[in-house]
Amino acid sequence: MIELNEDRLVVSFPEVHEEAWLEIEFQRTLRIPDDNREYPLPPGLGRFPLVHTEDYADRVPERWVRHGGVILPMYQSEALWINFHCSYAEYPFAIKVAAGKIDAVTGNAWDDSLHRVPQDYLVVPRQPWLDGFNVAADRVRQFVAMPLGQGFSAEEQLTGEASVGGLQLIVYPMKAERYRQLQERESRLETIADMEVNFSLRKSEISLAPGGLMRQKIYRDRYGIRSWDKEHCSRCFIHLANSEEYVEITGKAPPHAPPTAKSYTEAGLPWFEYYAADAKALEGSGVLAGLDSVEAMRIKKGLEPCSDNESVQPSNVKSLGPGARRVTEGEF
Amino acid sequence: MRTVYYTVHMQFGQYVREARERLRADDPAYSVRQVAKRIGVEPAYLSKVERGDVAPPSEATIVKLAGELGEEPDVLLAMAGKVASDLQEIIRKRPQLFADLLRGLRQAPNHAVLRVVREVRDGDW
Repeated sequence: MIELNEDRLVVSFPEVHEEAWLEIEFQRTLRIPDDNREYPLPPGLGRFPLVHTEDYADRVPERWVRHGGVILPMYQSEALWINFHCSYAEYPFAIKVAAGKIDAVTGNAWDDSLHRVPQDYLVVPRQPWLDGFNVAADRVRQFVAMPLGQGFSAEEQLTGEASVGGLQLIVYPMKAERYRQLQERESRLETIADMEVNFSLRKSEISLAPGGLMRQKIYRDRYGIRSWDKEHCSRCFIHLANSEEYVEITGKAPPHAPPTAKSYTEAGLPWFEYYAADAKALEGSGVLAGLDSVEAMRIKKGLEPCSDNESVQPSNVKSLGPGARRVTEGEF
Repeated sequence: MRTVYYTVHMQFGQYVREARERLRADDPAYSVRQVAKRIGVEPAYLSKVERGDVAPPSEATIVKLAGELGEEPDVLLAMAGKVASDLQEIIRKRPQLFADLLRGLRQAPNHAVLRVVREVRDGDW
């Protein structure tokens, strides 16, 4: 089941194992320059607020109510990353993530099942974060909010339609028996092995488009697909509301817009690199690699480049390993 | 029915009296007269309430009385056969949902009730 607690999705499977729970949060972040250079990981600037869709059923599109899930406010061109936080026991999960029902790992159309070839899911806690679409073995293109219906989103580029939007998640726990085997092995080795007001489609509805490039790996499943408990799973549809409309829907103020990459970098604030020794990365998705980034699409459309897309040279880059958090608490 | 009401009133009144008397044992400010004054009723009325001679007071007065005696307002309201108006409003907004929920929990032990949480609803997509 999935609960909402302090803007986190708390996913738990008490019927599988008492330690089978994790928290998923959506971190606000700055938009990295979309200039085809590779950037380190940008910071987390606090959680996006989340509310139950059904609490605002009379103010959102009917299909949002049908989808259920939660609502998250984003400004146009704002970026997000997804933070996975496991219990102390580090119970493993397989998680599929999609934007507009386009799988963020493979670029394939959404379905609820896990697939081994190509692997279309993340393995948590090995994968602590996901910042974007998997375009190469060690690179992702940042999740960037763009209005649905203008052709920028991965969904529109691949399907030619702007009918879904949002973010989708499905979580599978590891089979309890497999987890117990791992625990026994761990205790033997003393370490875990290599660790619209008519709302049909409103212009201001947000979808996720591929933005700038950053260095991030999507790790290979080292447990094997049979380790996952296919009998149990939980799904959530995260609707992305334009920040101004979020106020109209909920009466609550969204966080203010994050700083630009330029102002953040000039202030000497940290960027991040993540290293997980011995962890093998998946290949990037050729489908996703073929998508136009937001800036490339603007050029194609004959639009002016974004004014805040200046290249930056991060000098304060902190290295993080497994278990580290890159969330910067505070006001921006 | 008269007997039932009488019993409810007696339980409420008796509970209030015992709570007040416990406090009065250490502090004379908890006499019937002074408590009545602080919650804005006549001492004779509070005395009748404590004896179960009259129906329990209004929700607002019970909430004040609970505050004065250090008791849980919802518990005192329940003893008086009342439900707080904010809870009534919650149920009125989604009567079927809460009726089903409460009936479903009727036989549940306390720890199970405390584990009741609101799930994020998954729909059709």
